[in-house]
Amino acid sequence: MDRIPILRMGRLLLVTIQIDLYDRLATNLETDLVQMVNKTEAKGVLIDISALSIVDSFMGRILGNIGSMSKIMDAETVVVGMQPAVAITLIELGLELKGVHTALNVERGMELLKEKIGNYDEDLSDEDEDSTE
Amino acid sequence: MKIVLSKDRMAIEREQDVVPFRNRVKEYAVKIGMSLVNQTKLITAASELVRNMLKYANGGTVLIEVLSQGRDSGIRLVFTDKGPGIKDISLAMKDGFSTGKSLGIGLPGTKRLVNEFDIKSTVGEGTTVSIIKWKNG
Repeated sequence: MDRIPILRMGRLLLVTIQIDLYDRLATNLETDLVQMVNKTEAKGVLIDISALSIVDSFMGRILGNIGSMSKIMDAETVVVGMQPAVAITLIELGLELKGVHTALNVERGMELLKEKIGNYDEDLSDEDEDSTE
Repeated sequence: MKIVLSKDRMAIEREQDVVPFRNRVKEYAVKIGMSLVNQTKLITAASELVRNMLKYANGGTVLIEVLSQGRDSGIRLVFTDKGPGIKDISLAMKDGFSTGKSLGIGLPGTKRLVNEFDIKSTVGEGTTVSIIKWKNG
């Protein structure tokens, strides 16, 4: 069965949606992501939708669900790369994408996630330093 | 006066038909030179309506027409299903109302995305929704 790959980077999960999702693919992504958050103890999820030419209410609901499910699993979700035409359409349609954070691009999204979950890399290296002292 | 320049018909039977259908609508929108924002609005509206059709009526057919009116051109989509029909259309057109588990933004939201929106429904016979998006609308 087709699946959207989920990449793990430290305590973050990265998803790049490259094709227009049909429903099954989208619902699979939802369950896969929540399971991955559990398995990898991820603290953040970054979803890149820059290749999506449309987001309808179904896709909006999936993104919202991922955000809320991750939240109760103690992980933050950032959706990045939304095309301007998609943003205009979403608001006129009446979807506000509540429950997920958004950022302009992957770089800003990563910064936002690090801010939200605290800079764990530094925390880890600090602990290492402490233990060697 | 609206002149129909071309007609195309597509059957929607399964959720897998949604993406090819959206692509077909996009092809026509690109062909008449519709702006990207209007294309996105039209395709999103089409996606909402085709999902409704699958969800409540197990599918149906869509007529895709290229229209010309004076100097403007546009796309008309007519969604026809033989589903249960809608009892109270004015209620269905209200923001936040849904008999399914959805967000209830489908119909009113879709109406906001297009220039013309028309819905006719007979309980027990089916529903027809017609939308028009003008190139420069």
